[in-house]
Amino acid sequence: MSIWEYANPKKFMQTSSWALPWVTGLAVVTLLTGLVWGFFFTPDDFRQGATVKIIYIHVPSAMMAINAWAMMLVTSLIWLIRRHHVSVLAAKAAAPIGMTMTLIALFTGAIWGQPMWGTWWAWDPRLTSFLILFLFYLGYIALWEAVDDPDTAADLTSVLCLVGSVFALLSRYAVLFWNQGLHQGASLSLDKEEHVADVFAWPLWISMAGFVLLFITLVLLRTRTEIRSRRLRALEARERMA
Amino acid sequence: MVELGKYAGTVLGAYGVTLALLLGLVWMTLRQGAKMRKRLEAQEKRMGRNG
Repeated sequence: MSIWEYANPKKFMQTSSWALPWVTGLAVVTLLTGLVWGFFFTPDDFRQGATVKIIYIHVPSAMMAINAWAMMLVTSLIWLIRRHHVSVLAAKAAAPIGMTMTLIALFTGAIWGQPMWGTWWAWDPRLTSFLILFLFYLGYIALWEAVDDPDTAADLTSVLCLVGSVFALLSRYAVLFWNQGLHQGASLSLDKEEHVADVFAWPLWISMAGFVLLFITLVLLRTRTEIRSRRLRALEARERMA
Repeated sequence: MVELGKYAGTVLGAYGVTLALLLGLVWMTLRQGAKMRKRLEAQEKRMGRNG
């Protein structure tokens, strides 16, 4: 058995149909657990007060904004190298999800920033690179819509994805590259001393797992729709030719 | 009910925007999926009938 079997649309549809109920159930349970625990059962922070509760949506959405682009980068590279249609359709499917996650991170960051920093927005390296990442998501989605031929659209969007990866990477490491601006460094780290107390960290980890599972669920659903759309176009073309 | 104090608007606003965006995304995903499945089934049926 090889991972390339899933490049076959039929195999992908079969496997995703089996996996979807499980992934969806897990996503709902982990999201609800993480968010309810974080919102209702954690104390206020001694400096940030109740605004610390925004961490359970801001950090997971920001993480998924970057990781969705990373997933799109991998699947776009697979398309460019091996020409597997399912791969590039998964990238196309992930883009609106990544864009929504970026928007959530930007909105919740602005709402959180106002009472903590005294401003909704600052041209800080991390905030700015996130805004550019959002614009790249918009551009990626627009490019898919603008090009009629699906293979040409796949090629062009894959190249755009490679270029945009620079900003996805910058969004992640901006705080380290430019030691200036308002935004803090990573809230959680596996290899360094944790910056968040355990009482906040556990529901945060669970929320992050919930956002990852929600992303997988939505990518599977949207990729299935893209595969169906491609099959519909093929059948319509065959009917016209007959 | 959880006590949010002077930050109630801030916290509820952040959660409200997030829930609205996530529910909108899920709703759009399901609606587009159902629409496409229906269109594909109709096309397959029509082509099956016409040979």
